Amino acid sequence: MSDHEYTPKSKVGKWFNDRLPLLTLANHLTDYPTPKNLNYWWTFGGILTFCLITQIITGIVLGMHYVAHADLAFQSVEHIMRDVNYGWLIRYVHANGASMFFLAVYIHIFRSLYYGSYKSPREVIWIIGMLIYFLMMATAFMGYVLPWGQMSFWGATVITNLFSAIPLVGESITNWLWGGYSVDNPTLTRFFSLHYLFPFLILGLVVLHIWALHVPGNNNPIGIDIKKPSKDTVPFHPYIVIKDAFALLIFLLIFAFFVFFSPNILGHADNYIEANPLVTPAHIVPEWYLLPFYAILRSVPDKLLGVIAMFAAIFVLVILPWLDTSKVRSTVFRPIYKQFYWFLVADVLILGYVGAMPAEGLYLLIARVATAYYFAHFLIILPFLGMKEKTTPLPLSITEPVLGGSADMVMARNNSDFKEKL
Amino acid sequence: MKIFLKLTFLFVVISSLVLSRANAAGEQQEPLKVDWSFKSFFGKFDRASLQRGYQVYTEVCASCHSLKHLSYRNLAEKGGPEFTELEAKAIASNFEVTDGPNSDGEMFERPAKLSDKFVMPYANVQEAIAANGGAYPPDMSVLVKARSGGANYIYSVLMGYDEPPEGMELDDGVYYNKYMYGNKIKMSSPLDDDIVEYSDGTKATVDQMAKDVTTFLQWTAEPHLETRHKLGFRVIIYLSVLTVLVYFSMKKIWSRIETKV
Repeated sequence: MSDHEYTPKSKVGKWFNDRLPLLTLANHLTDYPTPKNLNYWWTFGGILTFCLITQIITGIVLGMHYVAHADLAFQSVEHIMRDVNYGWLIRYVHANGASMFFLAVYIHIFRSLYYGSYKSPREVIWIIGMLIYFLMMATAFMGYVLPWGQMSFWGATVITNLFSAIPLVGESITNWLWGGYSVDNPTLTRFFSLHYLFPFLILGLVVLHIWALHVPGNNNPIGIDIKKPSKDTVPFHPYIVIKDAFALLIFLLIFAFFVFFSPNILGHADNYIEANPLVTPAHIVPEWYLLPFYAILRSVPDKLLGVIAMFAAIFVLVILPWLDTSKVRSTVFRPIYKQFYWFLVADVLILGYVGAMPAEGLYLLIARVATAYYFAHFLIILPFLGMKEKTTPLPLSITEPVLGGSADMVMARNNSDFKEKL
Repeated sequence: MKIFLKLTFLFVVISSLVLSRANAAGEQQEPLKVDWSFKSFFGKFDRASLQRGYQVYTEVCASCHSLKHLSYRNLAEKGGPEFTELEAKAIASNFEVTDGPNSDGEMFERPAKLSDKFVMPYANVQEAIAANGGAYPPDMSVLVKARSGGANYIYSVLMGYDEPPEGMELDDGVYYNKYMYGNKIKMSSPLDDDIVEYSDGTKATVDQMAKDVTTFLQWTAEPHLETRHKLGFRVIIYLSVLTVLVYFSMKKIWSRIETKV
């Protein structure tokens, strides 16, 4: 992995390193050559690692006090909120932490979409990332069920019922998932078990994600291949470490604001009502981070096709490296794609908005158009655009850009004759 | 700096999404807005109001509504009504709880202690429903958090009883309420002027009692609200100072190379 051989200075260090090269790994991580023009959108990888660790630690503590039983779960959460020392803090960090985790992962994904980080040779990093994202959604969904409030229960009912759309075996699969004939205690206990397991699967995938990243190295805002190490790169430590720390602190300020001053704004009030199988809430809505997919699901009139569309919405992302035919990575040099990129961002936000609204009238119409556009973006626009689009000239290196003569991408982008080329 | 503008923009977009969802849930009138003492960054409970609120709860609400997640000891804890321990013990001893089995294997009645949970008005949900014309009076421990309007909504419902509009037919035992979801409620107006007599001399108007009991219910839903605000303020200060320090360290480190950070 490392570009140069590393030998520990001390005798003991050398003895140990010959048997388990942990010091070589540490040296690789600190020296890891990183493009020096990375902007702040690149700090979200570190932020996401922090989020995962926070969720795991707070989750383990919550697990010590939580009781996974349909009759006791709600009560045990209130016990945590009232009687456990700083239990309210741990639970609010965990609950809002999930939202912050998704906020960061969406920024991370859209950064990758903008700068073409999913393209060759980084397809495997991207696919592992999509697996992580998928597991995150599953974990978050099951975690939301655990307090056993009204939204927990009815959200679980709606989502698990999706599997009943599968022809022939649908009903058997649903009953198997439930461990019975409706969402009940067996469903809760298995969700708790899996909710505890999945974060560790995610952790394993994160290690692979970073490993796969360290083979080709980071992409960068201008998306060109760079020589490593060279004057285009800086060692990870201290340059990137301190920058990531700064970005993480800004992120933590927002996080702390939610936890301490608005801890319930991202959740749904109905989840403070104990689950009641006899009373259906007026509107069943998932957490905000699942809303775009929920909108896609509901925009298709047929149940089975709706479920297929929802899973396909994630699957098109997995095969994205082969759908985008453009050889140029960064959107900076793709003037037409840049516009479609922002259309996609708007489209996903619109999907999220209509996902929160009742599926009727104008909302349903908007959801259908937005769903169609979502798929059109990936299946029609990207393959054709890549072949037809005339891209602007790429710089030779980060320090010697052909455009504007500045190492600073912001300046290069604002450079007037660069603008004319657009 | 541009990045922070972008992040702020994203933040605004997402919050507006969340807020629009919250609005989507209701069709009733916008709840009344009260300038609660517990809102805002330094929000604290009005201690006297909490104690009066407890009085309203126990003399009016408690005959139908339980507070099953609370214990009598909570009444003496910091950040709550802060009754003295003696007062809280006296309050608890007014209630009878079933304990046991004793050494003879029999259950027995005894006065409640600080460690006991609040005594429930009904033995079970079925009894509560039967006694209230088919409607279950919800447990009020987390009621404020369980309604999207929060404290304003609870206060509004208490203030929202009115004559039904022309042409609206109401069944027996159903009442009109301006702010209730669907405008129909199975609880008759619980508050009347001077229905309780405040020991601190405050005039017990409906508005005063509604405010006091809502404040009390905000505390039952968020017993650690004051600690949360206090700790939150310190955390924000700490993080801000650390952010500034790290920012300048970063500038210093990156000044070794030509690239801007």
